[in-house]
Amino acid sequence: MSPVEKNYETVIGLEVHVELATKTKIFCGCSTAFGGAPNSHSCPVCSGMPGSLPVLNRQVVQYAMEVGLAAHCEINQHCKFDRKNYFYPDNPQNYQISQLYEPICRNGWVEITKKDGTRKKIRIHEIHMEEDAGKLVHDEFQGISYVDFNRSGVPLIEIVSEPDMRDDEEVIAYLEALRMIAQYTGASDCKLQEGSMRADVNLSVREAGSEKLGTRTETKNLSSFAAISHMIKNERERQIDLLSSGQTVTQETRHWNEDAQSSYAMRSKENAQDYRYFPDPDLPPVEISDEWIEETRKNLPEMQPERKARYMRDYGLPAYDADLLTGTKRLADIFEETVKAGADPKKASNWLMVETMHLCRNTKTDPSDVDFSGENLAKLIHMVDAGELSNGSAKKIFEEIFEKDADPEKIAEERGMKIVQDSGALQETVKAVLEANPSVVQQYRDGKTKVAGFLVGQVMKQMKGRANPAEVSSMITGMIEKI
Amino acid sequence: MDISTMTATELGAAIKDGRTTAVEAVRQTLDAIEKKDKELHAFITVDAEGAMKSAAEVQKKIESGELTGPLAGVPIAIKDNICTKGLLTTCASHILDNFVPTYDAEVIIRLKKNGLVTVGKTNMDEFAMGSTTETSYFGPTRNPVNPAHVPGGSSGGSCAAVGSGEVSLALGSDTGGSIRQPSSYCGVTGMKPTYGVVSRYGLVAYGSSLDQIGPIARNVTDAAALLQVIAGSDSKDSTSAALKDYDFMSALKTDVSGLRIGIPSEYFGEGLEPEIGDAIRSAAEKLAKAGASVKEFHLDLIDYAIPAYYIIACAEASSNLERFDGVKYGLRAAAYDDLNDMYKKSRTEGFGPEVQRRIMLGSFVLSSGYYDAYYLKALRVKNLIRQSFSRAFADFDIILAPAAPTTAPELGKSLADPMKMYLSDIYTVSVNLCGLPGMTVPVGKDGMGLPIGMQIIGDCFSEKTVLRAAYTTERLLSEDGEGR
Amino acid sequence: MAEQITDETIEYVSILAKLKLDEKGRQKAKEDMQQMLDYVDKLNDLDTSKVEPMSHIFPLKNVFREDVVTNGDGREAMLANAPEAEDDQYVVPITIE
Ligand SMILES: [Mg+2]
Ligand SMILES: [Zn+2]
Repeated sequence: MSPVEKNYETVIGLEVHVELATKTKIFCGCSTAFGGAPNSHSCPVCSGMPGSLPVLNRQVVQYAMEVGLAAHCEINQHCKFDRKNYFYPDNPQNYQISQLYEPICRNGWVEITKKDGTRKKIRIHEIHMEEDAGKLVHDEFQGISYVDFNRSGVPLIEIVSEPDMRDDEEVIAYLEALRMIAQYTGASDCKLQEGSMRADVNLSVREAGSEKLGTRTETKNLSSFAAISHMIKNERERQIDLLSSGQTVTQETRHWNEDAQSSYAMRSKENAQDYRYFPDPDLPPVEISDEWIEETRKNLPEMQPERKARYMRDYGLPAYDADLLTGTKRLADIFEETVKAGADPKKASNWLMVETMHLCRNTKTDPSDVDFSGENLAKLIHMVDAGELSNGSAKKIFEEIFEKDADPEKIAEERGMKIVQDSGALQETVKAVLEANPSVVQQYRDGKTKVAGFLVGQVMKQMKGRANPAEVSSMITGMIEKI
Repeated sequence: MDISTMTATELGAAIKDGRTTAVEAVRQTLDAIEKKDKELHAFITVDAEGAMKSAAEVQKKIESGELTGPLAGVPIAIKDNICTKGLLTTCASHILDNFVPTYDAEVIIRLKKNGLVTVGKTNMDEFAMGSTTETSYFGPTRNPVNPAHVPGGSSGGSCAAVGSGEVSLALGSDTGGSIRQPSSYCGVTGMKPTYGVVSRYGLVAYGSSLDQIGPIARNVTDAAALLQVIAGSDSKDSTSAALKDYDFMSALKTDVSGLRIGIPSEYFGEGLEPEIGDAIRSAAEKLAKAGASVKEFHLDLIDYAIPAYYIIACAEASSNLERFDGVKYGLRAAAYDDLNDMYKKSRTEGFGPEVQRRIMLGSFVLSSGYYDAYYLKALRVKNLIRQSFSRAFADFDIILAPAAPTTAPELGKSLADPMKMYLSDIYTVSVNLCGLPGMTVPVGKDGMGLPIGMQIIGDCFSEKTVLRAAYTTERLLSEDGEGR
Repeated sequence: MAEQITDETIEYVSILAKLKLDEKGRQKAKEDMQQMLDYVDKLNDLDTSKVEPMSHIFPLKNVFREDVVTNGDGREAMLANAPEAEDDQYVVPITIE
């Protein structure tokens, strides 16, 4: 940190867009499924055809409320939709249906824990419901952009924080906290690479100790934690450079260019930031009763901080393990299933933290998309515990559990990977090996007990690995002494 | 059988009885359009082929007993701001002059279900903005009674088509009087139902909180029959209402005994052509003689309806018409520098002067710093006007009013002064602001032989009361040889 | 007194409305808008400080659809209306600056 920088404090507020996990769009019955040919998930409503009208998806309100309650918000019992008017080709009506005057949630907070262990509350100003825009793909060579409305009308909630964050560590921790809320309520899978969580960063700097906020800029188009970190450092420096050289910061919207790792101002005078918000006459208000709120509150699932504490308390997991496991709700859910099916918690946790994460990396799978049952993992753990599988076989089988939720019993059986429990067959083999190697047996009797290893190896070879080496060893010892 | 003088319900009955067929009805209708529309220009698009094809299908269904409704087989004309799947829908605008909807408006679905046959799309003021049908990109429609005069607007094509006898039924839309005023000018019967009674799904929006589709017909019976077909709650329109009773035909009784009729003195003062006031008062007297109680009263805040209406309508229109941008459908300018230039050139070429005027005003009243002073203020005044009507409806079942201050003006005399044109909506816009049902029935002619209509206004969802009063008026006048 | 419409206002509003007015059009728009604003100024006769703005006429509320997919693929007919389309997408002048 240069000496000049020390005099400045960074003030950051976030507008986070979270894509909701509904099956259909916010105002029409089009699928929200990812992929699909361009414009194949669009209809007169979400492609802005003349005469079409919006009808609100109830589940959007439900999810927004759940996130709001989990983030300690007040629910606005008379919420309304407004039109935000601006021309852009990804916005088929040239207005976005959003909420300005009466958003669904207000005045909440989430708690973050920093690396040094200190905790901090980040206040939430409001949460509102709105529709997503379509997708633009650019062809700079031809000077054209392609417009696809498959994403247009996908429901979003926009979570607007107070300017309570001071650096990128707090910002990332805040985003993680929101991600956990969204995942645990089921409102969103919050996958960054599919753009289901995106942030606009409002940033200003001020001289340390000053109460007055500096002029802020809003930077858009941030869809990874790394980009956010870079952008914050970059923008902080840019503003400090301006101020320390006697210039001023202009209030403006900036666009983050991921390739250039820098931002640029969007300053066209043709894009006056005057959205002419007014209540959408096509949508009646949403009135949320006390009963609806209480019902939702009652049914809120356990959130990540509580679950992490429970794993430490009830299963004796170390904080690191509990944190990592609960950091992806899907993994935590599989963990619970595995333990419920009778597996040892620490062993279950290890499989999920080490092997699962390893396979996720290798196969480029988002941990949220991991799809196998705790039952099968529990079976696998049991088989290892019972000495029915070697560690090597277990790892091989686990790959198939990870890939297609395979039944480990069946695979072990089919592939002959199971350690033979039939002591009759084993005894026969041991006997045959001893008879075939009389000189080695003699050496053993003469006190060279180390040669037992050779005999065990021979037996294992004939058993094609399907025996428990410890059991083989004790059987050999027993038999030599008996003879 | 010559269908040209038959009402829609008479024609429906004749088709049902086998005295004529849906195909024959459509053929005669197309012939009539062919003959009259060169001068009249009520239609933007005539779908001869499609109409003949669906008439044949409908006829089969009538014969097989699948279609039994009173209007099955009857040809109908549709205002060109109502989406018809596969059939050009232009809103009489250059910006949409090649637009073919991919879906049917809810009202069209209902017409099809009841066996009505769409013969074409009618002319209108561009995006329903106007009172004369002269702002159409395709040129004006003429008044069927006197071609030197306008048919009114914005549903001028639909009203002229019915008035001329080209068709017996049409659909119009009414945002500030656009069914009731041209009905008055053309001597036909037209109704704007209570907001929400007819689905707006598929109606190209002008002022979303004000727009309503309604029937235009030769008499009250036909209007009621058509309303019965198109009314109904629709899960695709969040502002649509569900009524307990859709049996509008049962309201058609000559009976006004005990009906409390109010006449607002504010509507019969300065600015109204005396002949119109006289015709309405004379009709009121007949209703009084038939057992209604008729009383003059003061309706507050009338002067504020037009300014509140234009702020709200233009604000909503400025937003509703943003989607016409040259990207997804309609006109895109031939040459442009970049995206923004493409937007601006397409919209400037595509929209006519009246539409641009209203978009500019609407954008201004919503812009930063003016929203409270204009838009919110207008919404507050709307609340006051609604309260004023509520007070009136505590005392009266229906209110009688003119539909326009004059009979149909001559072509080319109105557009020069937009302010004057706006002011002529004085008797109709409050009905839209307050969501009320309003209906125009012919009550006579002026000295030049131009039709005079009387507007009957009811409280929200009192369509049946309005229809009964209208029906009785029609009966009483025809007994005396007046009206049409 | 009503708001006075300046040339700047007209310029600004035409940016918002995406209309390209020539000099004559700007003058006409200025006159028209001024006349309209002078007229609607009469609303200020009314004291509405205690009146709620009324956007919906009826106390409708909570009109919802259930979260069920009802729409199929209609892109072909839809894109048939597009002034310019390619590969199932609408084509516009490039949007990045
Ligand atoms: Mg937003
Ligand atoms: Zn859709």
